[in-house]
Amino acid sequence: MSAFTEDMLKSMAKVEATRAQRLNAAIERFSAEEKDALLQEFHPDYSAKGFKVLEVGPNKGDKVPVELAHLLEGQSRLEGVELDLDNIDYDVDVLVIGGGGAGASAALEAHKGGAKVLVVTKLRMGDANTMMAEGGIQAADKGNDSPATHYLDAFGGGHYKNIPELLEKLVTQGPLAIDWLSKLGVMFDKETDGTMVTTHGGGTSRKRMHACADYTGAEIMRVLRDEVVNCGISVVEFSPAIELLLDAEGKCAGAVLLDYDSNEYKVVRAKTVIIATGGAGRLHYQGFPTSNHYGATADGLVMAYRAGAPLIYADAIQYHPTGVAYPAQIYGALVTEKVRSLGAQLVNSEGEIFMHPLETRDVAAASIIRECTTRHKGVKALDGVALWLDTPLIEMLHGEGTIAKRLPGMLRMYAKFGIDLRKEPILVYPTLHYQNGGILIDEDAHTKIAGLYVAGEAVGGIHGTNRLMGNSLLDIIVFGRIAGAKAAEAAKATTLGKLSLEHVKAFAAAEKAAGVSGELSPKLLPVYTHGRKAR
Amino acid sequence: MEEMVTVYLLGKKYSVPAALTIMDAMEYAGFKLIRGCGCRSGFCGACAVIYRIKGTTDLKVVLSCQTKVEEGMCVGKIDSFPINKRTFNIEEIKADDNIVGQLYPEIYSCIGCNACTKGCPQGLNVMQYIAFAQRGAYEKAAHASFDCVGCNICASRCPAQISHAAVGLLCRRLTGKYIAPKCEHLAKRVAEIENGDYVTLLKKLKNMPLEEIKELYNKREIEK
Repeated sequence: MSAFTEDMLKSMAKVEATRAQRLNAAIERFSAEEKDALLQEFHPDYSAKGFKVLEVGPNKGDKVPVELAHLLEGQSRLEGVELDLDNIDYDVDVLVIGGGGAGASAALEAHKGGAKVLVVTKLRMGDANTMMAEGGIQAADKGNDSPATHYLDAFGGGHYKNIPELLEKLVTQGPLAIDWLSKLGVMFDKETDGTMVTTHGGGTSRKRMHACADYTGAEIMRVLRDEVVNCGISVVEFSPAIELLLDAEGKCAGAVLLDYDSNEYKVVRAKTVIIATGGAGRLHYQGFPTSNHYGATADGLVMAYRAGAPLIYADAIQYHPTGVAYPAQIYGALVTEKVRSLGAQLVNSEGEIFMHPLETRDVAAASIIRECTTRHKGVKALDGVALWLDTPLIEMLHGEGTIAKRLPGMLRMYAKFGIDLRKEPILVYPTLHYQNGGILIDEDAHTKIAGLYVAGEAVGGIHGTNRLMGNSLLDIIVFGRIAGAKAAEAAKATTLGKLSLEHVKAFAAAEKAAGVSGELSPKLLPVYTHGRKAR
Repeated sequence: MEEMVTVYLLGKKYSVPAALTIMDAMEYAGFKLIRGCGCRSGFCGACAVIYRIKGTTDLKVVLSCQTKVEEGMCVGKIDSFPINKRTFNIEEIKADDNIVGQLYPEIYSCIGCNACTKGCPQGLNVMQYIAFAQRGAYEKAAHASFDCVGCNICASRCPAQISHAAVGLLCRRLTGKYIAPKCEHLAKRVAEIENGDYVTLLKKLKNMPLEEIKELYNKREIEK
């Protein structure tokens, strides 16, 4: 029995009928004007009702997603709580908040720099979007490529909004990041002579996507986590930070944790602090499903904002064009862009190809939404509509066995629910994937608040308003390492004054004066009931 | 009307939609998950659970985010399993001298029961990669264990008390660092960057007027 419905199978037959003729068809890319028009009309970032203008804080007057606004302008979990900040539970040089790829890289470099490091994380070390990054990591390390070409691809893909100094760091340190990971023992896909196996991603002009099958992020994360243990770095799990602490001079000086097991607060004093809390997919902007980790709730943005750190491009959200639209059990999960890199085409309900498979993510998502809405060429799937991603093309192009070798994770994920993507196409629709914007940093990963650093998805500015595939695994390593090294160095010259939460009180007073009130924040975890009405 | 099944979650009886995964069924029942929930996509290994169908002997261990509920399922959780990871200095160890056997001597206590393989939610041949590790075939062990998500279900079933995931990870790190062929184009590019070769080119791009760089982007040549 097929896992697909009868209507889906009827449409699938049309996809099969056109496959041979599509296989080698030349497909035009959209012009710059076509792309602009598509984004304006169909990308969720351009929907006015999804956004709210902030009324308090450093970004007062800027628009951000409604769900994020409710948290940024929310109520502290410590409101009305009397905490003795002289009773210190952990006293360290560098506090790293977040246990993903950026946090682990930062911790390793800070440790190497001689600092006493503490990593605190909401769930387990390694429970992060890094673990789920499938497709690859960009770096310009081949003969026909250069960091300058990488810069141009990312700058154009980011709509020329990337902060040039940050982008320069990203691309020039790219090959160094691959080298660092290789020396830690990350198993990149290589030819027998050691040449890296690289592919295109959406919007790249050179094949610079390095991969570890389709477990790239998982492979990187498990190696980094292992190295953190080898180095003896202290890690406290299941203890999310809920507010930053400043000292009397306004320097960042630690954080208050909520111990999930005891429900008690813990005070960390630290000479420097690195936020590496990741993204926000679990806020489900505009009702979208998400490919993100369970803990992706923008906690770091909320804490930093309350402490006075400005955000940049917080209104630029990345919808990954190919989220799982069917079956229900993996709804919203990621279908890696590598599937398109390897030649799978996006095809509508009539079996027609409607775009080049390697457009940038924002353009691809907008194009899919257009096909499903005004053009009425979607396939009904669960509660919405979806399009086909024609995966059998991959083996027609690259030979039998390619999917098992290059996309084992995807093959397994679908096989568990009775779908063989080597033989059948799959149904996809955009899923909330990445926070392009975040906390503003300088080249040293330092924020506007003394002693506060940020790395990873919580950062804004590196990618402009649209990140290219493979540039986030790169940025967590590059800026994680920079943040760790700089925070360790700065800690040596730092003397802290008395710990304070006055900034939290001041923010609450500003909210009251402006007449805004939001939710309890940071949110920490989403709540799901799967259709059951909760009382 | 949605099809429902009766399940027993941590000993309590619930009626839940048959289409849900075990993880979703727990949330449907009202559990607020903190432990035992991670990526929700089968990549992180946080959500191992153990179950048997009521009245049957067979025990099964699976990832709760990747497994649908069934009628009569009695589910317990394996939120945290104490594996025995040995620490090492990756710069000092070598991919020979039986290093894996030295760090993890218990791999030689394997009795060949294959419970590890039977329990693997990724379908890996766990016993086989342990056998590769036993005889120093680290690269083979690395590839055979590559899709491991570290849920430690194998370790929970092993009478020889092996920490399989840690053994596989060590074999992979040895392979990535020492056994896999060195990448010459990477070494060359790293040397160029450290020599400052791209500084001028990037400075030019950083300072280029917007219209000029747009033109450059829109007309750039794309590798086939």
